This record gives sequence, structure tokens and C-alpha cells, in this order.
Amino acid sequence: MPTVAKGDGMRGLAVFISDIRNCKSKEAEQKRINKELANIRSKFKGDKTLDGYNKKKYVCKLLFIFLLGHDIDFGHMEAVNLLSSNKYTEKQIGYLFISVLVNTDSALIRLIIQAIKNDLEARHPVHICLALQCIANIGSKEMAEALTKEIPKLIVSGETIDAVKQSACLCLLRLFRTSPETVPPGEWTQRVGHLLNDQHLGVVTSATSLIHTLAQKTPEDFKPCVQLAISRLSRIVTSSYTDLQDYTYYFVPAPWLSVKLLRLLQVYPPPEDPALRGRLNECLETILNKAQEPPKSKKVQHSNAKNAVLFEAINLIIHHDTEPSLLVRACNQLGQFLQHRETNLRYLALESMCLLASSEFSHEAVKKHMDTVITALKTERDVSVRQRAVDLLYGMCDKSNAEEIVAEMLSYLETADYSIREEMVLKVAILAEKYPVDYTWYVDTILNLIRIAGDYVSDEVWYRVIQIVINRDDVQGYAAKVVFEALQAPACHENMVKVGGYILGEFGNLIAGDQRSSPMVQFQLLHSKYHLCSAPTRGLLLSTYIKFINLFPEIKGQLQDVLRNNNNLQNADAELQQRAIEYLQLSTVASQDVLATVLEEMPPFPERESSILAKLKKKKPNVSDIEVVKEGKKSSNPPTLNNSAANTPEATPASAPVPVMAAAPAPAPVQSASDDLLGLSAGPAAAAPVTNNFAAPAAPAGGGGLLVDVFDTPPAQNNVSTALAPQAEENFFKFAIKNNGVLFENELLQIGVKAEYKGNLGRLGLFYGNKTSYPFQFFTPTVSCPGELASAMNVQTKPLDVNTVEGGAQVQQIINVECIADFVDAPILSIKFSYSGSMQQINLMLPVMLNKFFEPVEMDATSFFNRWKQLSSPGQEEQKIFKASFPINSDTSRTKLLGFGFGLLDGVDPNPDNFVGAGIIKAQSSQVGCLLRLEPNMQAQMYRLTLRTSSKSVTTRLADLLLKLF
Amino acid sequence: MLKFILLVNKQGQTRLAQYYEHPEHDRVSVERDIIRKCLAREDNQCSFLEYKNFKLVYRRYASLYFIVGVDHTENELAILELIHNIVETYDKYFDKVCELDIMFNLDKAYMILEEMVMNGRIVEMNQNRILLPIRVMDQATQ
Repeated sequence: MPTVAKGDGMRGLAVFISDIRNCKSKEAEQKRINKELANIRSKFKGDKTLDGYNKKKYVCKLLFIFLLGHDIDFGHMEAVNLLSSNKYTEKQIGYLFISVLVNTDSALIRLIIQAIKNDLEARHPVHICLALQCIANIGSKEMAEALTKEIPKLIVSGETIDAVKQSACLCLLRLFRTSPETVPPGEWTQRVGHLLNDQHLGVVTSATSLIHTLAQKTPEDFKPCVQLAISRLSRIVTSSYTDLQDYTYYFVPAPWLSVKLLRLLQVYPPPEDPALRGRLNECLETILNKAQEPPKSKKVQHSNAKNAVLFEAINLIIHHDTEPSLLVRACNQLGQFLQHRETNLRYLALESMCLLASSEFSHEAVKKHMDTVITALKTERDVSVRQRAVDLLYGMCDKSNAEEIVAEMLSYLETADYSIREEMVLKVAILAEKYPVDYTWYVDTILNLIRIAGDYVSDEVWYRVIQIVINRDDVQGYAAKVVFEALQAPACHENMVKVGGYILGEFGNLIAGDQRSSPMVQFQLLHSKYHLCSAPTRGLLLSTYIKFINLFPEIKGQLQDVLRNNNNLQNADAELQQRAIEYLQLSTVASQDVLATVLEEMPPFPERESSILAKLKKKKPNVSDIEVVKEGKKSSNPPTLNNSAANTPEATPASAPVPVMAAAPAPAPVQSASDDLLGLSAGPAAAAPVTNNFAAPAAPAGGGGLLVDVFDTPPAQNNVSTALAPQAEENFFKFAIKNNGVLFENELLQIGVKAEYKGNLGRLGLFYGNKTSYPFQFFTPTVSCPGELASAMNVQTKPLDVNTVEGGAQVQQIINVECIADFVDAPILSIKFSYSGSMQQINLMLPVMLNKFFEPVEMDATSFFNRWKQLSSPGQEEQKIFKASFPINSDTSRTKLLGFGFGLLDGVDPNPDNFVGAGIIKAQSSQVGCLLRLEPNMQAQMYRLTLRTSSKSVTTRLADLLLKLF
Repeated sequence: MLKFILLVNKQGQTRLAQYYEHPEHDRVSVERDIIRKCLAREDNQCSFLEYKNFKLVYRRYASLYFIVGVDHTENELAILELIHNIVETYDKYFDKVCELDIMFNLDKAYMILEEMVMNGRIVEMNQNRILLPIRVMDQATQ
């Protein structure tokens, strides 16, 4: 045992650390650190060459300062120098510094690669190990290119010592991860598999990690490993703890290796060979049996290690999902853990059980534990455990227990942690829709949701209840009654007003017979909330009022008074003003018959996947582990909900979506006014009647527009190809720096664009030129905003005056765009026409990108740097280092940046070759300031681009666009 | 895989930090946030918590916290015991390890860790074998 002196002889280091620890304040500490940094800098810059010992000392100090939370921007060179030292300790410090404070400076990397090469070639195993460890930790593409060849040889050579093999495995894994193409499969791949048989368990451990990653990429190449892994696992689990002495941890033989082997097996389906399968099942049974044996030690380390293996075995059982007996045993085992005194075990048991709930073999077994899980939801003191309980309840829910589970979740929601409320609301809404006891229960549940957690009820949830009520006439009267009652509460959530307003507008007549809810009472009740509501809700209520005028002609006068009220007729909100004027006019000029047609009841919504489910998936990309883990592990099985729905098809009237849309588009609402009455078209902005014009041909049902936004998949009615035209993308990006030009051209058609932008508004003139001598008939260009774009951009298209473009003629179309929020995708311009009898379709991206709403900003160096510094939180900066796609030329770059919209600030950057710029993205909802720095490197033909803005999404989008230009 | 290992004292000062996947943004503030979250937890809470798109597994030893960031493919209990094995290995080398041992022998502490975890994966769990290279080095310097 070497004596470990404090500071190990490095007195200077010890003194420095003591100084820091004695600092009474943050300022004092900062001062001491600055002093030390200055000292080290001067030492490094000084004429006197430092000896290895001193270099080591200073590098250690820098490391310490780094840990205190300071960025270190020098010392790398000295560390690199240490690499070539012959002293092991100095070399080690050099590698350590580089591994911890990675610096991708290319000049340095070359030196590091050289040093690594030297060490790899040296005969000294400890040096080889250091070099390999360094690659394993920081390996980059350049390293991969320079060093990959040697590594596989090291792994499979019989002469290599074990420690080197271990490092080499991890090193190759790193290189494979950074640039798979530099690690070509070869003869070595087979031999790597055989490392699973190696005597030395350390080598097996490293090899398993490597094989696991490689096998995920090309499972076929590593299939023989399944057998090797099973036999290795079998030898470990059946060994007694004395057999594997060195690798036994608290009486558990090689727990980490067992876990890794079980993970590796999860890359593959259950083995087909019955003997092999039997052997694996034996292993799994042994592991399950061991869990029942009395513990060999009372220490938590023992039980943790044992249970780590157990949980991984259960994961494998769930992954295979073929052995009912094992699945049920696993479930029972987890059931025991649910009541264990260790919080960790309860947490993990809930998590694993969630996966089990989706297997048809164990779903019933999981349901037996419902009461325990409900108790956990109520009594667990740790929110992360409660969250797991919610997930599990959601996972185990089916028709038989939905009522109880939903009730429990609702009652928990009243006291639930804020962090999980929104997700819980979505889950309750989905369950209520999926497993409705009956539709009155469904309506009650959703209204309860709004009452209890109105703030967390997203639009999708209340849209959905309306869709369902509209589609099911047996529940409409009941819904009208309960919303009417709910609205009588002294304080009711705005979402309740929206649902109430909509439903009464459609079905208020069903309850109007009762004196307590006569038309006048309904109207007064709604109108008493009017002034407390935001503009979009008011808009919706105005639509309700016009619907009332049709339903209840007896109160027309009072309703018209409201519409005529100056607050509405002269409202600053253009949408409200327009609705008031149009509705008033409609009610005045139209006869009762016309009114009845225009304002008739909404047609049923097309049924399809619940929009709420899509929202939940979107909200949690790693959806509460359930869906995703499972989908990832087992792509053959559909996610939980669909799965259980498939088991009980008769159970789910609402969720058995008849693909009406796919077959024939639902009839479009007859009148554009009722289109608007929906008030459901995404946001307030998109709800304007005018905007709906363009959407009409694309989205047949009024509600379709909304649903399209919410779904990830394109609308089902679109049976024509949505693929973009060949040159679409390339031409599109050319418009990033210009406003006028040719967007598309083929032998038939040429489309030119002239655009102008100001603030958040833009106007595009599209010129469609017929290049042939025959007419294009039924020429219909439409513009649509796919996905999230609909809420980020408002597009108004003027329809063409003509629908025939004569041979050689040109027609013009004007499109107005308004940027509401930042966006990524472009609107899709889809042109259909008939040319000599055949239908043509061309899809293009409308050249509207985020930087079009960019306004340049001038500022001096000081304010630039101030702002630059302010924008230093995570997500605000994006840096890209990339190879120039075009020759680097200062003048061209300047033109491009100006064209892009930046104001260029000269003289801010000391290097005249660099560009510094500033600008503001003007969206209606927010204005985002952007700062840019572009550093060309002529020699390397590379650029470094740094962008800082206050919005992560803006930063990313602008960086992506700029990347395409240089 | 492991994303990082942090060793932090009760005051929230980082004593050792090894990243296996380089933090995209501002290391310091993310690190502080993670530490704050872990230190705020009570003893009866579980040792795992979701953080952004990954998980934290942590374990407390007197005034020192070990915090490991892992992706969703790791086995939490195995990581919990990895932490304990690291501590035991430190104990074995430093003879009853304490915060000061780590601070004054940062290079050694890193070196031991390096032998155990590389590229975010466990390589060696046998304590004698872990300590072999460092013992070779100690002998060479004596």
C-alpha cells in the first residue's frame, strides 16, 4: 500500500486548495482563482521551460478550477506536451486533462492524434491503455479516420493483454458511435463475438458493451452471439458465489455482467432453437427463484445487486412476451415489490409493471394489483413514485376498471403536484374516451376535469368533448343540461365557458322547454361570463349568439343588441369586430329560412384517432416510458392503448374509428359562415372567415382543419401524392437570400415569385406561366400549412379569377402571409390542373422562411457585447463548425448575410475577416433578437457560425438556414 | 450508457466531474441545477429521478453525493451499486476516503474512475484489477 500523502508532494497544489477552502466569500474565491489563473498563464508563457513536475502541478490546478465551475481556455497545449513525456504520471495527467476538458481545436487534435499513435505503437501496455482510454472518452471523427485500423487488431490478437483488450473494446465502440463508416465489419466481427467466452470477466464485460452497440446496428452479423451470451449467462447464474470470487459482489456473481448480457439478449427475439430457448428459460427461472431465497446478506448492496439482475431478467421476459408462465411469475414478483419498504424497489416495480400491463398474457395479473397502486398514488411521499403509479394505472386500465381508475385519478388530481397535472389531465381524458361506461359518464368526466384542473386542460381536450357530443345524438340533451348547470357555478373556468357556449349554441334548444333554462336564461347566463373572457372565447360566444338567433327567434332583439354594441362593433380586435358586423348583418338581411340553412347544426366530425392521444405522444417524446420503451423494444406490438383496444374490440365504440375520411371526404359544411362558427380552427388568428377560404378545398370537413393540425400524419383524404416536386427543395433555399425569382419550372409550367416583406407581414405574388400552346384546365393552386405551422403562420390566398390558363398565358395570384410565431416548415403550395386530359399535380414549398420576417439592427460594439453576454443561457446559443459548400469570398458572404436580413456590424470583431451581425425576428406573438458571428477559415475552407437568440427554436432554425448558404 | 458522473459535497461544490457525452450547453448552470435537485431530496425519496430526457441516479455518503446521469437504457440498481463500488474502491486505495483525499489527489481519483467506467460504460468491477495500474504508477514514482 503506497502511502498517500495529502497532495502527494505537490505542495503548491495543496496550498492553493486550502486557500480556496478558506475563502470566506464567493468574491474572495473568485479573486484567488483569478490570481492563480494569472500566475499559471504567466508560467506557461514565460521563457523558462517548465519541467514535467511543474507542468503537472499547474495542470492539476487548472482541473481543480474547472471543477469549481470555471471554463478553462488555456493549458491544452501544455497538457498535450505532457503526453510525450516518458514518465507515466506526467503522461497520465496529460491524458486526464484532455479527457476532462475536451477541446476540439483542430490543430491540437492533430497533435493529440500523433501522441496517441506513438503510445499505441510503443510496447508499454500501460501507455497503450492510456491512449486507448483517451480515444474511448473523446474520440472524434478525425480520430476515427486516423486510428480505426489498428484497434480491431488489438482486440482479437492473442498477444494482447486483457487490460488492453478491455480498453480497445470501449475505444472501438466510441469510434463506431462517432463515425460508423470508419469501422467496417470484417473478419474481426466474428472473433469479437468469441470474446464472450473469454476467461477474464473484465474482457467479457467490455466486449458485451461493444457487441450490444454493434448488434443494434446490424443484428444479423452478431446473431451467433445469442448462443454465446446465453451460455455465459447460464454459467454465471448457476455458479455459486465462491466460483467467481473476484467478480462476486456481495454474494451476487458478476451482477453488472449479467445485466449487460440480459440487455444484449433484448436486441433479439426469443431464440428459435428449442434447446437454446430452454436453456435461457432455465436461466430466467433460476433468477426468479433466487429472488425468493432468503438473502445471503442483510446489506442493501446485496439486495440491490441481486434485484438489478432480477429487473433486467424481467425486462427480457417482457421483451420476449411469449412465455405466459414467466410473465405471470414476473408480475407476482413485482407485486411483492410494490409493498416493499425500499422506495427504490417500489419505484422500479411500478415502472416495470407498466410494461407488463401491455402484454396480453399478464394484463389480467397486473390488474390484480390495482388497489395497491391506488394506495401508492395516495400515500407515496415521493412525487416521482406517484408519477409512476399514475402511469401504471393508465397502463392497466381497460373497460372493466375504467370507471374506478378514472374516479381515483380525478380525485387525486385535486391535490396532484403541478408538475404532473397536465399529463394527468390528458391521461384521464384519453381513458374516459377510450373506455366510456356510457356517454353521459364521459361528458361528466370531462366537465369534472375542466372544473378541477381547468388551467391544465389543453385545447385538444375540450375540442374532443365537443366532437364527441356532436357525433352522438343520444348524449346531446344531457350535455346541454350539464354544461348549463356547470355554468351556474359562481366562478367557472374559461374552458368551461367555451364548451358551454359551443354546446348550448348547438343544442340549447333541447333544454329550452324547461322554464329554468329558457332561451333568455341561457343567453343571460352565457353573457354574464362574456366580459371576463379572452378575445377568442368572446368570438366563440358571438358565434353562439348568432346560432341562438336561429334557434330562438323570440330573443333575436336582445341578441342583436349585443352584436350592435359598440364594444363589439368597434372592437380593437379585428376578429371580434368582423364577427359582430357579419353576424349582425346576417341576422338582419337573411330570412328565417336562409338563417336556418346557414346556421344549421354542425355535421358530424370525421372519426379518427383521438387528437388527445397525439398530444400526449407529442408532449412526452419519451412518453412516460410506457409507449416508447415498449415500441422501441418491441416494434412488432402496437402501443398499450391500441393493444388493449384490439383485445376488446366491442368495448370501445368511440375509439373504434371508422375510417370515414379515408373512403370519402365528409361533406363540407354548406356555408362558409358555419365553417367559421366552429371556432375550432386552431387559434384565434386562423379562425377568420377569410382564411378559411383557402382551406376549404384542402380540408373538406370544417373540423378537419383542426384535426390536421393536431395529427402528425397528413390528412387521410389526401389520396394524391404529397411528395414534393424534384427541384422544390433546392429552389426553395435559394429564396432564403432573395425575394424574386423562379420557384419552379418544367416543360409545362413556370412559376415565378415576387415577394415583399415588412415586419411580420409578407405579400407574395405568384406568376403561373403556361409554357405550352394548349390550355391548362381546372387550374387550382392551394396553399396549406402542415402540422404546427398552422398555428405559427396565417396565410391568405386570393383565389384565381379564372380556372383556365390559356396556352402561353400567365396568371397572377397574390398570397398574404402573417408570421404569428417562429416556424420551421414552409407552407405547401399544391397546384393541380388538367393538361390534355391528364391530371397534373405539383407540390412545392412556398418560399417563406423564418428569416423573411427579419429586420436588420445597427448597434455599436459595446451594446453588441452586452447583449451577446446576456444571451448565454443553455439553448440560446448554437454553434456550428462546417465545411464551406461554396468558395469562401468575403464580398459574397456579405451579400448573403445582408440578403438574409442581418444588419452587419463592421469593426466589432477585431478580425476583419469575421462577420458580426444583428437583427430582429418580428413575429406577431414575439420579437426575437438575434446575434450572429461568422468566422471563415480560408485555409481549412471551414466556417464557424455562432448564433445567439433568446429562443432556442429560432436559433436552431436560423442556424439550419444559414448552414445551407455557406 | 452513462452521461456523466459527478461527485459533489453537501454545499453543492463539485469535487469531481467526468462527462462521457459532452454537455451541449452551459455545463456550469446545468450541473448546478442537477446538484440542487439532488441535494433537495429527502432520505425517504427514491434514488432515481427523471431529469429532462435522462435519469439521475444518486447516492449519498455522509457529506458526499455521487450523482450519475444515465440514459433510459441503463439498469438503475446496477448504477446504484456501481456508485458503491466506486466508493469502496476509493476506500481501498485512500484508506477511508474523505472529501479531502479526492481534492488533493484529483488525478488519482480520476484515474481510478477511468479504470472502472470508460466511454460511459462499465469496464471493470474487480477492485484489485482496477487498482493495478495506479499501483504500478505509485511504485514507479517511489
